[in-house]
Amino acid sequence: MKMNRRRFLLAGTAAGGALLIGYAATRPSRHRRANADLVQGDERFVTSFIKIAPNNQITLYIPHSEMGQGIHTALAMMAADELDANWEEVNIEQAPAIDLFANGDLVKGFAGEFGVPNFLMGLVNVSAQAVAEIGNLQITGGSSSVRYTGEHAMRVAGAAAREMLLETAAERWDVELSELSTELGHVQHNASGSSASYGELVADAALREPPEQPRLKERAQFNIMGKAISRNDIPAKVDGSALYGLDAHSEDMLYAAIRLAPVFGSKLVAVDPGAALAQRGVERIVELEDSVAVVADNYWRAKRALALVSTEWEQTENDAISSADIDVRFSQELANSDGSEDKEVGDAERALEEAADVIEASYSVPYLAHAPMEPMNCTVHIKGDTADMWTSTQDALGMRGRVASQAGLPEEAVRFHQTYCGGGFGRRLPFNWNVIDHATLIAKQFDVPVKTIFSREDDMQQDYYRPAVKNNFKAAFDEDNNVLVWHSRFTGPIQVPGAAHIPYGIANQSIRVVDGDTHVPIAAWRSVDHSQQTFFIESFIDEIAHRAGKNPYQLRRELLQEHPRHRAVLEVAAEAAGYGQNLPQGHALGLAVQESFGSVVAEVAEVSMGVDNQPIVHKVTCAIDCGWAVNPDTVEAQIKSGIIFGLSAALYGEITIDNGRVRQGNFPDYEMVRMATSPEIDVHIIESGEELGGLGEPATPPIAAAVTNAIYILTGQRVRDLPIKNHDFTRSNPVAGV
Amino acid sequence: MATFIVNGVEQSLDVEADMPLLWALRDELGMTGTKFGCGIASCGACTVHVNGNAVRSCVTPVAAVEGQEITTIEGLAQAAAGSNPGPGQGAVQQAWIDHQIPQCGYCQSGMIMAVSSFLASNPNPTDAEIDAGITNVCRCGSYPRVRKAIRALANA
Ligand code: FES
Ligand code: FES
Repeated sequence: MKMNRRRFLLAGTAAGGALLIGYAATRPSRHRRANADLVQGDERFVTSFIKIAPNNQITLYIPHSEMGQGIHTALAMMAADELDANWEEVNIEQAPAIDLFANGDLVKGFAGEFGVPNFLMGLVNVSAQAVAEIGNLQITGGSSSVRYTGEHAMRVAGAAAREMLLETAAERWDVELSELSTELGHVQHNASGSSASYGELVADAALREPPEQPRLKERAQFNIMGKAISRNDIPAKVDGSALYGLDAHSEDMLYAAIRLAPVFGSKLVAVDPGAALAQRGVERIVELEDSVAVVADNYWRAKRALALVSTEWEQTENDAISSADIDVRFSQELANSDGSEDKEVGDAERALEEAADVIEASYSVPYLAHAPMEPMNCTVHIKGDTADMWTSTQDALGMRGRVASQAGLPEEAVRFHQTYCGGGFGRRLPFNWNVIDHATLIAKQFDVPVKTIFSREDDMQQDYYRPAVKNNFKAAFDEDNNVLVWHSRFTGPIQVPGAAHIPYGIANQSIRVVDGDTHVPIAAWRSVDHSQQTFFIESFIDEIAHRAGKNPYQLRRELLQEHPRHRAVLEVAAEAAGYGQNLPQGHALGLAVQESFGSVVAEVAEVSMGVDNQPIVHKVTCAIDCGWAVNPDTVEAQIKSGIIFGLSAALYGEITIDNGRVRQGNFPDYEMVRMATSPEIDVHIIESGEELGGLGEPATPPIAAAVTNAIYILTGQRVRDLPIKNHDFTRSNPVAGV
Repeated sequence: MATFIVNGVEQSLDVEADMPLLWALRDELGMTGTKFGCGIASCGACTVHVNGNAVRSCVTPVAAVEGQEITTIEGLAQAAAGSNPGPGQGAVQQAWIDHQIPQCGYCQSGMIMAVSSFLASNPNPTDAEIDAGITNVCRCGSYPRVRKAIRALANA
């Protein structure tokens, strides 16, 4: 995947990106099509996503993947509340992977913010054989579901449906619309005492046109939104009945274990099957351009037989490359190129020359794997001119389109079977095709379903990684220790624009990006560029504070005059964490604040050094301003999840390249926070009433710097590269008076 | 022939003696509630009970469970209800709903199996015992809620 192509597409699509209200209203034909194709008996779609049966059961179709973020429930709450439905009568369904339920509004939402970011790029042509429009995707990523699909599609659809039901009742009873009200799935006419359930009205309501601009509720009118409502997906996840892509099963199913070229971009030259074909259950050895697979009647048999196969791979120019080489290349690039502009304010170069004092620091982070709990897998059954597929994904339509193109079938000929998704974090977004492509190409050789599974090692070594990034900083001060210059040079690419920008009021800023492309494939990783840039920025601003002899909390507050939401979360988190108060002996607090995906988050980490001279993170206090909370219980869960995800990366996360390939294989080499290392987390949700912010990602970025800023106080050592475990803290020299 | 009892039902499988129980359950019996996460006993996603004790089925050959009683997530509620299997959830499963623990949910079969066996042998664990006893990976980071649920179950 070359960046140039993606940048080109970015330029091509951003132009159409006005934020759009009135999803349901803009596509009046959608509910008609749904009624033609998807209903049974007398049930009817009133608008997109909302189907009502005569017995008043309401089915809400959710066009996003449930990966544990509680999105099915949250989006259903938004539609149901605007509809004034009775929550007890609401059924939640995953929307099928057909273009009728595309969720392109989130792309339009992103486009309104910054232009469509690179990690969503190319979606235009992903599933686009049938409908080449930006809206034709069904993606779940970018912490976008609630704030875009929820705000601009589900709520609008609910409100539109309610108005159509009201108009139907007004006509039927021949009364003024203004005399009617709705409650718990009924329309009422108080003057006459008439009442009709939505189910009684739906047949006629479905014949109406959805209103252009349905009126949304004020927050004071919410009955369902804002409540901690239990998630609908949880019961099936405690008794083993929840199905994931990996759980696709049939009697005649075959299983493929695969070995991909260990160096990215290499090709298969020769295969010696050894005794593999003679092993029990083995059906065939499939050779592909860059891989070999053993197909058997049981995954373990396939995997075991694969170990007997010898492979020879084409040599590449990257066969000797290591992480150290990549780091050297990044340093050279940063030294020799001034890169291209990301943001310039004032005249940083001149201010640097005139400054009384300048500090410099070089920061870096390694590649990271996504390692979702469910290993990558895809099952494909090709039956002549149609196909069935199962995979856990963040974009069902995109995956369907990809299988179709690899199988040489039209998109509509591929049936996508919905499942839950055992973690995504960006791994299961479009363009990260490897498992999908290989599964399809293997399945093409059989007439039964074939399930291709990447083992944990396969996934660790064949991921699309959070890029390794280096950022060289300079800051300059005047005689009174006021910071005058923020100077940042980092290796790209930029996947999410704006992540390297700072909220701090520094008069001269120069932020530029240089080429950071390597042979290692990269993709969005939970919080994308913010995962590295927030570590860099929030560490270096701490360095600036200490260098200027200022308290890091006070300096941030001073420099955040123009950003009241940042200040507010910082103050709430600091106060709740007991910042400036007495701490247990040997403990210190580090803090970080960052805005990403529309939410502003501050985190304070309470840390001490353990007997092994590695940090113990006792507690994290987090304050988030996400506008308001649709479901406070899932907000809290997502915040904790995001912090622990970021903490795993900060403490342990590292994918290293040796001889062109990934060294790590399984969890012991790519350790995670577990129960024993999971801190207490205290979450404070600030409802500023601003626009809804994202939740799946914004808690991840600040934690690394919050922890390393505390480590600095405890040890005097500034951690400028992650993970923390690689640092030797034996010679500690605590910083006094902070 | 490997013979063992899964959730009260005897199963005889014509499989290799060294086939891990995980793959016998998933690919041979089609019981997909038990999950594959790492294959090397590192994550706990594949945890089942053998005679009530939590084991990681990805590294447990079927020969090692010959004739033994295996409980998987699908049978936990029944096993928890004892000889009178009734509808509904076992106490741990109900706590998982009450505390809204699962996120993606993929690790939770194993997590629930690990916790239910752990609590059976140590009904009132300290935090340090929870840390040492529950070593499953949850990539979604449900640990704070898992700990809270264990404490609530201990106090119940
Ligand atoms: S799959 Fe068995 S412990 Fe991870
Ligand atoms: S809930 Fe997703 S891995 Fe635990």
